[in-house]
Amino acid sequence: MSSVIESHHDDHHHGPAKGLMRWLLTTNHKDIGTLYLWFSFAMFLIGGAMAMVIRAELFQPGMQIVQPEFYNQMLTLHGLIMVFGAVMPAFVGLANWLIPMMVGAPDMALPRLNNLSFWLLPFAFGILLSSLFMEGGAPNFGWTFYAPLSTTYAPPSVTFFIFSVHIMGASSIMGSINVIVTIMNMRAPGMDLMKMPLFVWSWLITAYLLIAVMPVLAGAVTMMLMDIHFGTSFFNAAGGGDPVLFQHIFWFFGHPEVYIMILPAFGIISHIIETFARKQLFGYESMVWAMLSIAILSFVVWAHHMFTVGMPLAAELFFMWATMLIAVPTGVKVFNWVATMFKGSISFETPMLFAIAFVVLFTIGGFSGLMLSIVPADFQYHDTYFVVAHFHYVLVPGSIFSIMAAVYYWIPKWTGNMYDERMGRLHFWLSFVGVNVTFFPQHWIGLAGMPRRYPDYALQFADWNMVSTAGAFLFGASQILFLFIVLKTVLGGKKATPQVWEGARGLEWSVESPAPYHTFSTPPKVK
Amino acid sequence: MNKSAKRTLKYLSLAVFGMFFFSFALVPLYDVFCEVTGLNGKISQSEEGVSYESNTGRDLTIQFVSHNAEQMPWIFRPSEKIMKVKTGKYSNATFFVKNNTDKPMTARAVPSVAPSNANEYLKKLECFCFEEQFLAPGEEALLPVRFIFDSNIPESINNVALSYTIFDITNYNDMEMAHHDGR
Repeated sequence: MSSVIESHHDDHHHGPAKGLMRWLLTTNHKDIGTLYLWFSFAMFLIGGAMAMVIRAELFQPGMQIVQPEFYNQMLTLHGLIMVFGAVMPAFVGLANWLIPMMVGAPDMALPRLNNLSFWLLPFAFGILLSSLFMEGGAPNFGWTFYAPLSTTYAPPSVTFFIFSVHIMGASSIMGSINVIVTIMNMRAPGMDLMKMPLFVWSWLITAYLLIAVMPVLAGAVTMMLMDIHFGTSFFNAAGGGDPVLFQHIFWFFGHPEVYIMILPAFGIISHIIETFARKQLFGYESMVWAMLSIAILSFVVWAHHMFTVGMPLAAELFFMWATMLIAVPTGVKVFNWVATMFKGSISFETPMLFAIAFVVLFTIGGFSGLMLSIVPADFQYHDTYFVVAHFHYVLVPGSIFSIMAAVYYWIPKWTGNMYDERMGRLHFWLSFVGVNVTFFPQHWIGLAGMPRRYPDYALQFADWNMVSTAGAFLFGASQILFLFIVLKTVLGGKKATPQVWEGARGLEWSVESPAPYHTFSTPPKVK
Repeated sequence: MNKSAKRTLKYLSLAVFGMFFFSFALVPLYDVFCEVTGLNGKISQSEEGVSYESNTGRDLTIQFVSHNAEQMPWIFRPSEKIMKVKTGKYSNATFFVKNNTDKPMTARAVPSVAPSNANEYLKKLECFCFEEQFLAPGEEALLPVRFIFDSNIPESINNVALSYTIFDITNYNDMEMAHHDGR
């Protein structure tokens, strides 16, 4: 590309354009990061509202509020929106804001692609949500959209679902290409790979995972499209296809996908813990290797999601052991976080509270995952609320707590204002209590045999479902408080220093707060 | 954008397209994998010229199971539900079908074997599942299966279930209305 010659006048800084067009046309990584974060927050609230419908219906046994058909639509959209609309874009938003500043680059490597990959998302989710108003209703086959539920028996809106998945997939792929090109080519001189901040490392690995599996997801929905409209039989036994093939393809995407949703969290938590423990992170190199091995192993464990399809013993054993092996690098990470806190002079600001809760609660989710990996036990747990409890423990107090921790940690850098510490702590404690009251009892009702994805249940599960619903509404309501805290911080507050936190290290803390519109136009020197 | 960034961009784009095609390659790979390992009840026709006959056979029970796929109105059932067979000896079984509608219809039966590790030892010389079945309105037929168990079948297997699911594929040849017909 032609080299752009910029005339440097000290008194002349390019600020953002004015008005709405700034956001539509922006190629600035900070603007796009902000867009991503607000978009994912909006999706988090919409998907959360759907979760409230689900929990309200399950408050008591029997049908109370919604019809089973609508319940299934809520269930499906809740899953899709939270995975693809809330968690993933939030991490991409953080990547946009932080990666260029952390590696000392002036912007992302492909700024226009960056703009496109964000602006695809509102269209993708607009299409998905519009299916609620279509004849036959929104997709109702669960976020895993197993064939033939999603092909032969799907509502007509499935075609819109397929296109929206294609669009969000394209957006993720472009976003991850951008991340990799930036990290591989735009690091400040002196920043070797093994000197990169862990959030950058975690995103580098995540982006490779995305590039490897999002096209497979696109392939899966393309096959569905062809089965539905063009008379092929990829997943139709009558024409020589196989519905189990769908599950294999889906989970070949799906298992790396769950690590896509947790690896950036590992990076965030490492930064926060080392800052508030006021110690250097214990075992930086082992953290990198642990993430790499988790990423590689994620490609050979997919069939543990489908132990009950009738697999031969050898395959069950292979997938069981491979799955259990993942506990080793994950254990290394948890050990390193605890070792970093050990004998540190810890202070408990809101980001640290969320980070410590992450370590504890994510580990609980990891242990229930280990239980699920045991084949004979999985035959009992499969498709029960135990599974629901497991993946919500790794996603809500895992991924989502890490995103909230990141927002509290970096928002002074983004806005130049400190958030209200007392309100932040209140938000943490309400969320912490809410999340545990919601999801911990689901372990028990799952072990007792309550199946997932039904709008009704047997009477013996009534008490804990009522508790779970109460917790869900507490958690949901406390996110309104989060919205309020963020808005209040954007509008004003105590001014933040450049370093913000006493123990903070890294290039992003070397620029002023709020970070200027353009940072590191000349690369910094990294020792 | 400098040269090395362009190179990174190029190989990443290639990887994206590669993985998209890989997802389609998974379809034949899956079939090959199932065939090689004999998984998934995908039964291969017995190879010509290979003799599985032997005189050192043992007794084995085979159960026949029939299913109708959704909205398949035909009557479909095994003539005998249980047979005692000897391994290493050819046996014959039949399934009764009747098209009890007033339309000509085409069907295909898809087989499956349980336990799955018995699959590779069950060899079929002749099976109605190898081809499509066409029946005129009201027509009925006895569909034959000729099979043999390889004598090398593990000692632990004493009961084998051979199940067929029959699918209506009458409209399947009209590309337009693959399976949205009538719904």
